[in-house]
Amino acid sequence: MKAYKIIVLAKQVPDTRNVGKDAMKADGTINRAALSAIFNPEDLNALEQALRIKDSFPGSTVTILTMGPGRAAEIIREGMFRGADGGILLTDRAFAGSDTLATSYAISQALKKVKDYDIIIAGRQAIDGDTAQVGPQVAEKLGIPQVTYVEEVQKIEKGKVFMKRRLERGVETVSCPIPLVMTVNGSAPDCRARNSKLLMKCKHAKTVTELQNSNEDYLHLYNDRPYLNIPEWTVNDIEVEQAELGLSGSPTKVKTVENVVLQAKDAKIISSSDNDIDELMRELIESHTIG
Amino acid sequence: MANYYNDNKELKFHLNHPLMEKIVRLKERNFSESGAFDYAPMDHEDAMDNFDKVLEVVGEICGDIVGPNAESIDAEGPQVVEGHVIYARGTSENIEALNKAGLMGMSLPRKYGGLNFPIVPYIMAADIVSRADAGFVNIWGLQDCAETINEFASEEQKEKYLTRVCNGDTMAMDLTEPDAGSDLQAVQLKAVYDEKSGKWILNGVKRFITNGDGDISLVLARSEPGTKDGRGLSMFIYDKRDGGVSVRRIEHKMGIIGSPTCELVFKDAPAELVGSRKMGLIKYVMALMNGARLGIAAQSVGVSEAAYREALAYAKERVQFGKAIMRFPAVYEMLSNMKAKLDASRTLLYETARFVDMYKTYMHIAEERKLEKEERDEMKTYQRLADIFTPLVKGMASEYSNQLAYDAVQIHGGSGFMKDYPVERIYRDARITSIYEGTTQLQVVAAIRGVTTGAYLKQIRAYEAAKISPELEHLRRTLIILTDEYEQAVNKVVGTDDNEFIDFHARRLVEMGGHIIMSYLLVLDANRDAIFAKSAKNYIRMAKAQVRANAEFIRTSDLSDLGSYKYEMQ
Repeated sequence: MKAYKIIVLAKQVPDTRNVGKDAMKADGTINRAALSAIFNPEDLNALEQALRIKDSFPGSTVTILTMGPGRAAEIIREGMFRGADGGILLTDRAFAGSDTLATSYAISQALKKVKDYDIIIAGRQAIDGDTAQVGPQVAEKLGIPQVTYVEEVQKIEKGKVFMKRRLERGVETVSCPIPLVMTVNGSAPDCRARNSKLLMKCKHAKTVTELQNSNEDYLHLYNDRPYLNIPEWTVNDIEVEQAELGLSGSPTKVKTVENVVLQAKDAKIISSSDNDIDELMRELIESHTIG
Repeated sequence: MANYYNDNKELKFHLNHPLMEKIVRLKERNFSESGAFDYAPMDHEDAMDNFDKVLEVVGEICGDIVGPNAESIDAEGPQVVEGHVIYARGTSENIEALNKAGLMGMSLPRKYGGLNFPIVPYIMAADIVSRADAGFVNIWGLQDCAETINEFASEEQKEKYLTRVCNGDTMAMDLTEPDAGSDLQAVQLKAVYDEKSGKWILNGVKRFITNGDGDISLVLARSEPGTKDGRGLSMFIYDKRDGGVSVRRIEHKMGIIGSPTCELVFKDAPAELVGSRKMGLIKYVMALMNGARLGIAAQSVGVSEAAYREALAYAKERVQFGKAIMRFPAVYEMLSNMKAKLDASRTLLYETARFVDMYKTYMHIAEERKLEKEERDEMKTYQRLADIFTPLVKGMASEYSNQLAYDAVQIHGGSGFMKDYPVERIYRDARITSIYEGTTQLQVVAAIRGVTTGAYLKQIRAYEAAKISPELEHLRRTLIILTDEYEQAVNKVVGTDDNEFIDFHARRLVEMGGHIIMSYLLVLDANRDAIFAKSAKNYIRMAKAQVRANAEFIRTSDLSDLGSYKYEMQ
C-alpha cells in the first residue's frame, strides 16, 4: 500500500469565539493579549482529514507547517499530540504584517523547499481574517490543483484523491490527481482529542529558540530523541524575494476598522459569470469597500 | 468547549497531595523506565505534569463529547440484537474518543501498553467521566478489572489480555447469578475442565452483569463439583472472540440506562483459569470488589459534582419574589451543605486511593524483589487502611450522592421533576450507587471492623496530631470532643460483646467514625488551601449534629430494645 506525505497548513489565531469586553483596543485593533491563542478551528478539521489518511495508509507522514511568531510552535506540538509526525515553524520578523498574498508566497516558498509532498491540506479559512485565500493562493503558486470546501476524503486510488465537497446547495464528489491542495470545511468531522501517550512523548518538543529561552532540565533528550526538535525556518532558510514578504509584499492596507452590525436578512448569490463579477466589483468600489 | 478537569480546582488540589511524591517514585521504580519508554516520566515533576496534562484531555473529552452525549444515551439505551449488545450511538462515540486518546489501561504497566498511572489519577479520571455520564463510566471504568488480571494471572495471560485492554477492549466481571447476589458463595455456573482442549468449559446463567457483552470477562464459576460454598469457586477469563456466551436480555433500569445490564447464558463457553483453583471468591473476587468499590465511590463523587453544579446553576438563574433563589437562606444552606458533602466525600475518596496506591505498588514491587522490613511494614499499614477505608468511602460517598441528587431536584422545584433538566437523569443515576458492588448495609458489615478493632480511632488520632494553622484550631477542638463521644459509643456497644447488638448499631458507629474522619480530612485540606475553609466549617457543624444524634441513640439503647424492632417470620 502506498504511503503519502501530507502537509497540513495550520495557523495559530486569537480565540475570536470567546470575545470579551476587552477584545478590541480603543483604536479598533485586536487586543491580542486579551484573547488566548488557539489552533485555528478549521485547520483542526484539516488535521483530522490528514490523520485519517495516515490511519488508512500506514507509513504516511503528517507534517504541520505554520507561519507565525515563536509561540506558534504550540500549534505544532498540539498537532503532534494528535498524531502528526512533526512540523516546521516558519518564523521571522520579515514575515510580520503579511496579508494573504505575502503569506501564501512565504508558505509556498517553504513548500518548495520541502519539495517532497503529496497532499497539502489546509483549513478553509482562519477565524481571525476569514479570507479563505491562503490555501487557494498556495496551490496557484505551486502550480498544482486545488479542491476547496472538502468535507471528507473518501478514498485515494491510482494517484487520485476522491473527496466530498460541501457546497451551498448540496454536496459534490470530485477526484483530483496528486499532488494537490485541499481546503477543509468546518462541517468536516472534528479533530480527535490529544492522545495521552503522544502527549507525554512529545510534550518536551521545542524549537531551538524555545530551548534557548527555557530552563530545560532534560537537555540530553534533544540528542536522544530527534523528534523533539521542531525545525524553525527563517527567511534565510527559504528562497525568497524580500520585497514580496511582510508589509512590503502585502498590497492589502487596512484603512479603517468599524463595528458593523449585520442587518440584512438574506444573502445575495453572485454567480461566477463575468457580468455578476463586474457588477460586484462596481458595487464594492462605489461603497469604498475596495480602493 | 467545557473542560471538566480545568474547571474543577479541587481535583488539582487532590492530585497534588504530598504523599504523591512517594507513590509516584515507587510506582515508577525511581523513574527507571524513562530510557525504555518514550512516554515515561523523567522525574516527579515530569510525572505530575503528565497526570495533569492527561487529565486535561479526559476533562476535554468529557466536556465536549461524553457530557453532551449523556442525554441521548439515556433516551436511546442499548439493545440486544442476536444475543449481543448494541450500544447507544453516543456510547460508541464516547468509547471511540476515549480509546483514540489512549485512555484505556491507564493504571496498567507500560510493557502491556498501559500508562502506568497510579490509582489516584485513574480514579480522578473516573470522577470526571462520572460527572459527565454516570452510566457511561461503568463501561469505561470496568478497565479496573484488568488490575485483577495484572495481580493474579499468568504472564502469558497478562500479555494476551492486558495488551488488548490497553488497545480499547472493554471488560466485564461476571459474578452475580439469579440466586447469588450479595451471597456469592451460592454461585452455580459450572466450570468443567476439558482435557482435550486444555480449556475450562462454562455452562450456566449470570444475571445483572454490567457490560456483560464486553470483550474480556472475568467469570466466577464452580470448578469443584459437589461443593456448596465459596471454597469451590474459581475465577476464569472468558474471551468474547471464542464465543459461547449470549445475552438473553438487558434489564430495564431506573437509571444508568446507557450501561447494559445483561442476563448471560453460557453454553459450552471456553475459558481460562486465573491463578489457583478454589481461590476465586476467597481471594480474587475480594480484590476485584475492592477495586470496583473504589470505582463506585468515584462514580458517586462524580454524580455529586454534577448534581451540585446543576443545582447551583439553577439557583443562580431562577428568580422568584424578585431575586435569585440562591439568595434565600433555605436554598443557600442546602447548596452549602451539598458542597460540604461533595468536598468531604471527595477528600475521603483520594485519601483511600492513596492508601490503595501505596500498598498495591509495594505488592507489585514485592514480585520483583524482596521488600525491606520497613517497606513490608508500610505495605501492611496501608493495606489495613485501604481495607477499612474502601467500604467507608463507598458507603458514605454513595449515600451522599443520593442526598445531593435529591437536594438538586428539590432546588429545581417542579422543573426538576420534569425531564427537561439533566438533574432528573442525575437523580435516577445516583440511586444505584448505594446498591451495587455491595449495598451500604454490606459496606457497613465490612467497615465495622474499623470500628471494633480501633483502626478508625487510631487513624483519627493520627489526623488529630497533624500540624495545622492556629485559625483551624477551634475545629480540631470540636473534633477531639466528638472523638471522645465516638469512643464512648463504641465502648458501650462493643462492650456488650453481643453480635446482634453490634450489628444493630453498626451503621451508626461507622457513620460517626466516617463523619469525624472526613471532618479531619477537610481540616487538613483547608490547612493546605483556603478553598476548603467553608466546607470544613460547614461540614463539621453538620457532622457534630449527626455524631451527637447517633451518640444519643446509642446512649439510650440497650439489648432489650431490639425486640421492638424485630419481626416474627410467619
